[in-house]
Parts: sequence; structure tokens; C-alpha cells
Amino acid sequence: MTDKPVSVKRARGKVHILDDRCKGCAFCVEFCPVKALALSLEFNKKGYHPPQAVKPDACTNCNLCFMYCPEFAIWSTKIGDKE
Amino acid sequence: MTTTQAHPIEYLLRMDRMPHIWCPGCGIGVTVNCFARALQDSKADLDKTVIVSGIGCTGRVAGYLKLDSFHTTHGRAIPFATGLKLANPELNVVVYSGDGDLTAIGGNHFIHAARRNIDMLVICVNNFTYGMTGGQLTPTTPYSAVASTAPYGSFEKTFSLPFLADSCGAVYVARWTTFHVRQLARCMAEAFTKRGFRFIEIISPCPTLYQRRNKLGDGLSFMKYLKESSECKDGADTRAVALDFQGKIIVGKFVDRDQPTWLDDMNRRYREKLGDKYEEYKGIK
Amino acid sequence: MADALITADPKGTLTGAHYLDGDHACCEGALAAGCRFVAGYPITPSTEVIERFAARIPLIGGVFIQMEDELASSIAIYGAVWAGAKAMTVTSGPGFSLMMEHLGLGAMLETPCVFVNVQRGGPSTGLPTMPGQADMMQARWGSHGDYELITISPSSPQESFDFAIEAFNLSEKYRLPVILMLDECVGHMTEKVNIPPADEIKLYPRRYTACKPGEYLPFKPGPDMAPEMARAGQGYRFHITGLTHDEKGYPVMNHAAQERLVRRLVDKVRKRADDLVRVVEDGVEGAECVVVSYGITSRVASLAVQLARDEGLKVGHLMCKIVWPFPAGKIRALSGKVKSFVMPEMNYGQVVLELERVVCGRAKVALVGHGGGTVHDPREILKAIKESLL
Repeated sequence: MTDKPVSVKRARGKVHILDDRCKGCAFCVEFCPVKALALSLEFNKKGYHPPQAVKPDACTNCNLCFMYCPEFAIWSTKIGDKE
Repeated sequence: MTTTQAHPIEYLLRMDRMPHIWCPGCGIGVTVNCFARALQDSKADLDKTVIVSGIGCTGRVAGYLKLDSFHTTHGRAIPFATGLKLANPELNVVVYSGDGDLTAIGGNHFIHAARRNIDMLVICVNNFTYGMTGGQLTPTTPYSAVASTAPYGSFEKTFSLPFLADSCGAVYVARWTTFHVRQLARCMAEAFTKRGFRFIEIISPCPTLYQRRNKLGDGLSFMKYLKESSECKDGADTRAVALDFQGKIIVGKFVDRDQPTWLDDMNRRYREKLGDKYEEYKGIK
Repeated sequence: MADALITADPKGTLTGAHYLDGDHACCEGALAAGCRFVAGYPITPSTEVIERFAARIPLIGGVFIQMEDELASSIAIYGAVWAGAKAMTVTSGPGFSLMMEHLGLGAMLETPCVFVNVQRGGPSTGLPTMPGQADMMQARWGSHGDYELITISPSSPQESFDFAIEAFNLSEKYRLPVILMLDECVGHMTEKVNIPPADEIKLYPRRYTACKPGEYLPFKPGPDMAPEMARAGQGYRFHITGLTHDEKGYPVMNHAAQERLVRRLVDKVRKRADDLVRVVEDGVEGAECVVVSYGITSRVASLAVQLARDEGLKVGHLMCKIVWPFPAGKIRALSGKVKSFVMPEMNYGQVVLELERVVCGRAKVALVGHGGGTVHDPREILKAIKESLL
């Protein structure tokens, strides 16, 4: 056993959101494994609350948000590895 | 967090037709993501992949995918697809439609295409209702569920679609839900690589009609139900996967077998009977 | 046809003199025309067409599939056409009723193909083994909505062969389903049929687009107001729908789009009606009475015309081969000159309604109609000719 912290490599992602496509179903918010998203208090032009990345650094680029979004409004991209 | 980048499946969609017609919380768009991901992962030849839909909410999928796409008549996607496949066996033919379209008005075509083992993938988005026309009873509406044409709750027996497909001869039968996006995308990608009549049922929310009328909350509530009530049993006996109103949902790949397709059998039979005079059929030039 | 024609494939052309019934001759006509895909469902008295096709096609190269019903048959052929085949389906009255759904879709998708209806007595199951001509209005108006198609009615096995080829040619030229209306008598009568050498059979080739993918508009009208086709699997990534659509093929739900599309679908035939006249005239010039007929009834009427002439009456005979569009110009030109028209048909008055409309009171119009089950007694037609000239 050592006090030295163990290095954990994990992918980092950047969330992309097209606010005005969103219809506020919240699937992405509910099923984000790292709870990086929350519905915004702002309205989009359709009158829905789109998601926003409340913990952007938590994103692991798993892209479940992309898979769950019925409106083709959200996805993530890889931004390199973080130790 | 607005972005200027393009969505990763936009190149597979007819963006000039967006926004689509599906309601907030509808699951059909989720299935389209899985389908697009499956096309990407399986490296399908997009020029040879054709999609045929019938009528209804899911019937609109053909119009949104940037493939050769055919939006046909109610229930008749499968026979149209049969003509496409038999005239040009090089095509990867996908039928993408709903439970009412494929199993009520199109039920006869469904069972016979499965019996013949016509080489096509049939994707059925099952939301237990006719969404486009306002929430009527379909062959999959569970017992006791309310529909606009079953105002006191359905008292009909239902089709269990995996059992139906299996017993008619489908060579690949699976069921997933719109919650199981990764499994569904993998399943679709696997199904692309198989030959014969392949069937995937996807249980999907219809918040506007099915859920509202049955006091089941919004799309998200139904997604949570799908998450909590699903049990994965690959290889399950399809006789044991019938659905009840808000009951347990058995998901997984139930059937995966090799059988000669209709065209395989046609070629073999003609060769047997006609000998060398018969030239193997490879499509109409 | 001014467009570049091609010649028939010798593989499908059974050149020579044959003794064939109308159903078999129809099948041979389709094969000579390059039809390589038939989807059908058995029904008397049309079944022999698909039986012959099923026997012949393996050695020619193509597909026959017996579908689960006529709904399936009539849309399976569209799938085949959009994959590049020339295709046909075959039926009789009860099956034709089921096919109405797809006559409309075929008009909407501008899908070239041939529907054969070997008519029997109706309504409903009617007289499966006996003739009728009571589906003529159904051929014209049977599907919902406004559209125009082309309907041809041969009178003999030879004409079943010849007009099967013409049906395919017209379907390609105008990009629509063409309906070949036989009847039980023509379908089941056996006569000499001459099948010419393949290089004497001229075919209208499918007009495929030369556009690049991305530039192709599947419903942009070209020559004859008909758009160019693409076939599935060639990278065009086109969309077609039975919904009202624009030139891209995308659904558009408004009056202007409806007007633009459906007007063209109707005009495609109506504005070309004069190019679509196929009549055989016999002694029409100078006649006082003209018998107008189609299908098997033309042959019975010929005897009546002969009997009338034997009695010294000036009677002409106009045999329509293409019934829809109706040869209105021809009839209109005659209406000022003759005293009467007599129209025998095996129904209680269908095509005669169009005759009356076109004659518009300028001459007498008499129907000799019965419900089918047998052809006319020529003496009934003779009687009507005489009465019309009183």
C-alpha cells in the first residue's frame, strides 16, 4: 500500500448542444452516467428548456446523450485523455 | 452551450426535412440514432441500403433517412421491399415501421415474408398504439390498456411479436427497448450482417397518446419503466416473452439461425429441376 | 414514338406462329416486352397468365413470386420496378378490387408497370368462369383521388400479345401503370398468334436520369410531362412517397403542391389523349350509324354490323383498343355526321356514359348492355342499330 494516488486514465468529452432542436424530454439528463447535464432554466425558441452541461468536466464522451436524444440535438466529442 | 459543429449523424439524415414530426418524448428518434450508429459501426454500403416504410409515425422514418427510401401504403412496406430485394438481390433492404402498420393491416404480409424467409431486416417500433391517427387499439395494445377506440380498456388478446416472427420462420428475432440504446445499436449492426428474414421489436414510448390516455406520465416516465422492468434473456423461448400492461419486458436476442432464403431456395430448386440450362439468378439487369 | 426505341431481347421472345389462348399470349407479350418480374395471386380466369410466366421465367432470367394476396402482388411489382425491373401483375375482378389501393399509389409514384385484369362477371365473386366488361369504370376511377391512367382492351389472343407490348411501352413513356383489360372470352379463346422476330419488336426504354446524385429531382417533369427515373442502389439516395410531394419527392401538405402535382398527373394523359388513340375503323366514313365497341364485344359487333349491311344499312364500326383515355376527338368529329351511335358492352352502361358525354346530344346514343356471363347475341346489336335509325 502506498499513499501515492493511483493514476486513472479516463476519456474526456465535450458536450455539444443545439438548443433550438430540443423538445425538453430530458432523456439525456436522466441517463447521463456522470450526471453532467441538467435542464436549463432558459427557454429555447420552441419554448422548451434545453439541457446544459452543469458539470462539463465530468463528461467522458460516452455519447449516451447522443443515442438517447430523439431530436438529434446533443452529442459529445473527445477532447483528449486526462490523467 | 450552443455549438457550431455538425451532429454526428446529420450526414445520414435529410436535414432539409427537419424538424421531424415526432412529439416530445417520443422514442422513434432514439431508434433512428441507434439505426444510424449501426449503419456506421457495420460499415454498411449506404448506396446499397434501402429503407421502406408503411404509414404512421414510424412510417416517417424513411423520409428522414438519407438513403434510397420508400414511403409506401399502409401495411404494405414488406411486399414493396420484397419486390426490391428480389429484383436486385444486392440491396440491403430494411423495413422500418410501427406495430399497427406491420402487424394489423400488414400482418398477412409480415407472416408470409417470414415464412418465405425473404432476405430483409424488419424493424418494428412498438408503442402499443396508432399514434398518427390519435391513439387507437393495435394488435399489441395490452389487455386493459385504454385506447381511443377501446375507451373501457382493451379486452382483446394481443400478438407477442417475437413469438409471431419466430413461429413464422424468421431467422433472427430480437427485442429491445428505447432505453437499451447500446444493445439496440449492436443488435441492428449484427442483424445487418445476417441473411434472411430478420425481425427486431423495439418497445418505445408514445407519451402523447398511449401514455397520456393510460395515465403513465411523460416520455421520461416510460423510459424509466423500460429501464426498471426489463430483463435481458438472450435465447429466451419466444413463447415466454409476451407482454402485459406495464409488466416485465423480456429483452434480448431470442432467435439466430441460418436458413436458406427464398432466392437461395429458388436457385437450388430450378437448378435441380432444370440442370445446366438454368443460369443462377443474380438480379434483373 | 419519336424517342429512340430498342428491340426486344430474343431470350424472352418466342418468335413463330403459335396456337395460344389470350392469357398465354398476354404472358408472351409481356416477356417480349422485357417483363422479368411478375407477382401475382391466382384467380380465374386470369391464372393461366401467371402459370405460363412461372414456367417460362427460370430459363429466361427473372422472378415469379406468388404473393399472399393481390394487395401484396400489386405493390411487390413497384418494389421490383424501382429496383430496375419491368414488372406486371395479373388478376380478375375480385383481385382487381384489392389492387385499387396501388393503382392510386402507382399513379402517385409514377411507376411504370402493367396491371392485367381478365374480366369476369361481377359484382363480388360473380361469375368466375364467364366473361364480363363491368370493371371498365373501375379501371378508370377505382382508386380514390384524381388520377388518369391508360386502359387497353384487346379483342383476340393476337391483340393480347400485341397490346401487352404496347402497354409496357406506354407505361414507360408516360410513367404510369397501364391496365390491360382482357375478359374471360379473350383470355380463354385459342387462336393463331404470330410472334415476330425480336428485332422487329420495338420497345420504349426506361428513361433513367443522367443527373449526378445530389442534382436528381425524382419528380421533375421531363418529356411527356413524365419525370426521369433512378433505380435503387445507385447512390441517388432519393425519396418517394404516396403523400403529395414536391419535385424532390418530399411531402408537402398544401393546396399549391397538390395543384402542381395532381394537375400534372392528370394532364399527363388528358393532354396527350390525341396521341393515345388506338382505334380500328371499319366503314365509318359515310355511315349513318356507328357501332362503338371494345374487347371481345368488338368481334360480336362485327357480325352485327355485317348483318346490318346485308340489309342495306349504312353502318360503320369503331373498335376502341385504348378505351381510357376515350377517343373523344374521333367521336366528336363523327357526331355531327351520323344519326346514331350504338354501343354494346357487357355491363349496364359504363363506357357508353363517356360516349354520351362526348356526343353531347348531336346524335342518338344507344346502349346494348347486359350483365355478362355470355357475349352479346349479334341480333340484339342489329336490333339496336335498326331502332337507332328509325
